[in-house]
Amino acid sequence: MSAFIQLVVSGLATGAIYALVAVGFALLWQTSQTINFAQGEFVMVPAFFVLVAIKYWGFGYWPAIAVGFAISALLLGAAFKGLVVEPMLRHGVLPLVISTVALAILMKEAVKDFYSSQAQQFPAIVEGTDLDFLGAVVSTQSIAVIVVAIGAVALLNWFLSSTLTGRAMQATAQNRNVARILGIDVERMILYTFLINGLLTALASFLISPIYLAKFTNGETLGLAAFVAAIVGGFNQVRGAVLGGLILGILDNLAAAYVSAQYRAAVPLVVLVAVILWRPQGILGRVEERSV
Amino acid sequence: MASAGLVRGTLAAVTVVVLAAGPEFLRPSQLYLVSLWAVTAIAAMGLNLTLGYAGQISMAQGAFVGIGAYTVALLMQAGLGFFPAFLAAGVLCFAVGWLLGYPALRVQHHYLAFVTLAFTTLVYLLLRNEQWLTNGVYGISGIQRPTALGFAFGTAARFYYFCLGIMALFLGAMWWMIRSPWGRAFMVLRENPVRALSLGVDTRRYTLLAFAIGSAVGGFAGGLFAPLVQFLEPNSFSLGYSLSLLLMVIVGGAGYLFGPLVGAAVAILLPDFLRFTEGYYLLLYAAAVMVLMAFCPQGLIGLSERWQANRRARLAAGGER
Repeated sequence: MSAFIQLVVSGLATGAIYALVAVGFALLWQTSQTINFAQGEFVMVPAFFVLVAIKYWGFGYWPAIAVGFAISALLLGAAFKGLVVEPMLRHGVLPLVISTVALAILMKEAVKDFYSSQAQQFPAIVEGTDLDFLGAVVSTQSIAVIVVAIGAVALLNWFLSSTLTGRAMQATAQNRNVARILGIDVERMILYTFLINGLLTALASFLISPIYLAKFTNGETLGLAAFVAAIVGGFNQVRGAVLGGLILGILDNLAAAYVSAQYRAAVPLVVLVAVILWRPQGILGRVEERSV
Repeated sequence: MASAGLVRGTLAAVTVVVLAAGPEFLRPSQLYLVSLWAVTAIAAMGLNLTLGYAGQISMAQGAFVGIGAYTVALLMQAGLGFFPAFLAAGVLCFAVGWLLGYPALRVQHHYLAFVTLAFTTLVYLLLRNEQWLTNGVYGISGIQRPTALGFAFGTAARFYYFCLGIMALFLGAMWWMIRSPWGRAFMVLRENPVRALSLGVDTRRYTLLAFAIGSAVGGFAGGLFAPLVQFLEPNSFSLGYSLSLLLMVIVGGAGYLFGPLVGAAVAILLPDFLRFTEGYYLLLYAAAVMVLMAFCPQGLIGLSERWQANRRARLAAGGER
């Protein structure tokens, strides 16, 4: 039982990080029909911004994290929107998908060529001490990750549902034309979505890198986890992406322990196919009407 | 003033002559590279059918090449001849493609992309972990090259012609298929699925058919890949390979018959000429793809067509003066 609790808690920690990435992914899809195949790399790269700030610019942990957030918002948010997504939108979905696939390769290669191909140590927010929780050993790091990630999602949810800007963003996501008629600055709302995605993936990066180390190939598994979480939970709902992320994190850990370590990576994929077969709109998703 | 058709005909003739004379002037490593180009181009042609003509994104073409390659290697190890094994690779991939596409194409959006993404990772895990069948990470080596009608394609030069010959066959088959009623049905799926449905085209069945045939062609490419490289390991068929095939089709020009040939040439042959870029080749390639997507998503062939159209328009404007 204690082993089970241990697995669930560490699974929740990874799941909370997946949830952050999946929420960003779903937000981008809703507001600008962008399927970002570089989402995993968006999580891989901010850790290296922080490492550069610490190693080459001599920053402390917190200033370096702040710099990491700022660069992520700028490059992965604003520059991604302006330089990659915007020129592509008039061509339709496919060229944009291909472009993000190429962007993923570009980011991976850039980190490998200009920083290092080796896995890098990354500082954690809190010292990793072990706590005793109902007989199970739980690390403070897992607890910190869960608290920070859930806190961030809760904050985002509050922002989207309770502030004027957040509601305007939701309106933009639901129907761009009507939002424009209502006097919402649609372009600005879309930019906000991209900035939020940049910040969410940066946060995920800073939380996951101390656990799995920072490496240029990390994006592959993380990106896949984000897609699966978003689809399993429901592509068009923030709540769905959160639920999908948590389920995936726990399932991943339990599968590694109880099913097979070799096929651990296969379990989420089987869940993905099962969801697409029986509930394609996701667990919490709405069925989108077909536009003819 | 040469017409576009004449230019294209000359270009094709020169390519054929250069390829035919290849073994006379190419180094063995380059001979291998051109053979690999032919095999990769076949895989890309299959994906072009799914993506370029039927408009569905598949991220599993590399996995189908892997299934085809392992099928041929294992069946030949079991004592079967190359040609029956080659046929089995295609048939198996058609069946797997059908079974995979069936659930994915029930739903709209780009769900086939996600399902095929998951499938590629699953196939990779199976190839790596099922050691009793695939020998896991140690791989399968010593795959024999084929013999046809008592003629052995053992040497690099002979197998080079074999690969190019098979590629020409597939190119011809593609050309025929695109002009067949099936090909027309595939294209209407891409251009206007709603109208296709209203005209009585069973869109789901035709999309599935395009995907399954495209997958089968990928399996055939794998069947040729196995005797070419003569050593198979799971890492060759990871997600990265499927994505690079996807990029090839787009870079060359999705929906153009010769697009996959151009795309595969850029990905396979060009790095040999750009040795000076060293480790930065992939970086530059990715950046170039992004620029190409922003300015001309129709790929390199689309780009050349646009350039020709512009030139013609300029000439016409000049003639009126």
